[in-house]
Amino acid sequence: MAQATRTAAGVVRKAAGTGGRRTIWQTVWRDRQLWIMILPAIVVIFLFNYVPMYGIQLAFRDYDFTKGLTGGEWRGLHYFRQFIDSYLFWDIMRNTVTISLATILLGFPAPIILALILNQVRWKRGKKVLQTVVYMPHFISIVVLVGLLNVLLSPNTGIVGYLLRSMGYEVNLLASTTAFVPVYVLSDIWQHCGWNSIIYLAALSTVDPQLYDSAKIDGAGKWQMIRHIDLPAIAPTIVILFILSMGGVLTTGFEKIFLMQNTLNLPVSEVISTYVYKVGILSNQFSYSAAIGLFNTVINFFFLVATNYIARRVSNISLW
Amino acid sequence: MGWMLRKRSAGDALFDLLIAVACVFVFLIVAYPLYFVVIASVSDSTMVATGKVWVWPRGFSLFGYSEIFGDTRIWRGYRNTVLYTTLGTFVNLLFTLPAAYALSRPEFRARRWLMFLFVVTMFFNGGLIPTYLLIKGLGMTNTIWVFIFPFCVNVYNLIIVRTFFETSLPRELYEAAAMDGCGHFRFFWSVALPLSKAVVSVIGLYYAVGHWNDFFTALIYVRNNDLQPLQIVLRDILLSNQVFQSGAGTGGDAGGYAQRYADQVKYGVIIVSTLPILLVYPFIQKYFEKGVMIGSIKG
Repeated sequence: MAQATRTAAGVVRKAAGTGGRRTIWQTVWRDRQLWIMILPAIVVIFLFNYVPMYGIQLAFRDYDFTKGLTGGEWRGLHYFRQFIDSYLFWDIMRNTVTISLATILLGFPAPIILALILNQVRWKRGKKVLQTVVYMPHFISIVVLVGLLNVLLSPNTGIVGYLLRSMGYEVNLLASTTAFVPVYVLSDIWQHCGWNSIIYLAALSTVDPQLYDSAKIDGAGKWQMIRHIDLPAIAPTIVILFILSMGGVLTTGFEKIFLMQNTLNLPVSEVISTYVYKVGILSNQFSYSAAIGLFNTVINFFFLVATNYIARRVSNISLW
Repeated sequence: MGWMLRKRSAGDALFDLLIAVACVFVFLIVAYPLYFVVIASVSDSTMVATGKVWVWPRGFSLFGYSEIFGDTRIWRGYRNTVLYTTLGTFVNLLFTLPAAYALSRPEFRARRWLMFLFVVTMFFNGGLIPTYLLIKGLGMTNTIWVFIFPFCVNVYNLIIVRTFFETSLPRELYEAAAMDGCGHFRFFWSVALPLSKAVVSVIGLYYAVGHWNDFFTALIYVRNNDLQPLQIVLRDILLSNQVFQSGAGTGGDAGGYAQRYADQVKYGVIIVSTLPILLVYPFIQKYFEKGVMIGSIKG
């Protein structure tokens, strides 16, 4: 049957090459039920994902209320230059890169280590309980997480603030320029480390148990088993996820940073996404804001391609 | 040989000990803050602030909760969020599941390039401003539809469901059903869906949690107070320090009183707003690993 379908498809393709429209419409008609099922998704994706891509040209034009999105005067790279020449440019770039690099450097290995640890636990019930607990923070909303940080770290009424004061540190973790990045990164790890370990645990569960047995016979200790069996087993997953995370190197979580911002930590907490929001949505400078957003996307894409290229050269594993 | 064996088992014993210590450490780091919120929500705020509350609640009072239950902002936010979550998740599944089914059919000729067009959107988007202007142009700002329709198909979830259909529905099943005159509509509804309860619940949970925790949509697109979801109300209470509806909380006698209880209200509101998710969570948890694993095969 499969054979028949394939031959039929081949015939159709040949016919489509020479014949023209009718055969295409015939297959569409044959698959009409499937087309109806997928049509709503196509409409939604086209409307909300592809139409805004067309609107990117706003970054190269003036925004003219009377002439609509694409009617304004062509300005070329004017708005990009305006951003790069802006006195805020280097601060914003430095903050964005610092926050996302710190998140990747510390946040990326954490779930790997957690998965390797969880994989060693042989007490089934305890493992289950631990997993239930570490997955849970992932489902807390960002507003609640930042709210939690605020009440716990508050220098006057928070418990952490109290502890620091009683140890002799007079520091406001919420409004300090040095504490912002550590608080951001550590709370991020706290929230997502468990959840992100699931994918590595899934990869570890595919390891053939006989490998451990034969390693044991060869006299390997547990460290060596992790080093030579577990790590190679999850290496492809690690590389793929690393490429994907490098593709977001300039994408810092808008909501969390926006909610953690206050006037005191603003010198280190203003990043591209929050700046785009302020310039675009709050001050209605649509073209300027769109240009900054596009700048961000282009750099991200560059990092994605570059990391993918390096990974393919070094490890033979890549996205494409 | 003997000493080597002993040395190895000593090394392994140390290893096991380290693993156990690490597990206890991770457990406490994650679980304690959550537990602390619970006990702090029913304890005297002054005692919490001065480090007297560690293991059990002290100065027990339910003032925070009674304040929360009397706050109409919270009720309105709750009602809106429940509406957006149920309606939104329904629309998500209505749009995602049939599309995933169509993409999973090997005889569907357009599946390859349709999939490509969908995956592209995972890496490219128009950015905030073009999207904002589009949604404004569609007249969706300040309506409930902005919570329901934009981005209601998540491509990552779509891939998970499609892969599940591909791997768990045997080819012969549809062929046999088609012989008996069963079309795709009926096959999807009476065979594919009942066989996919696990993946539908995981995806449903992902979507529902997304709606429940959504703060961004309301921040950008909604100005109308009557439409604000719970997360915006939470922001006002937790971060903008508008703890009491009447506006108390600054200065004077009322201010001192308010400050004393403000934190209790904050802890309480964290629990009240997160409770629904935590109640559903244990029932769906067993499917998580399956869901993520399916997604990773062809992600």
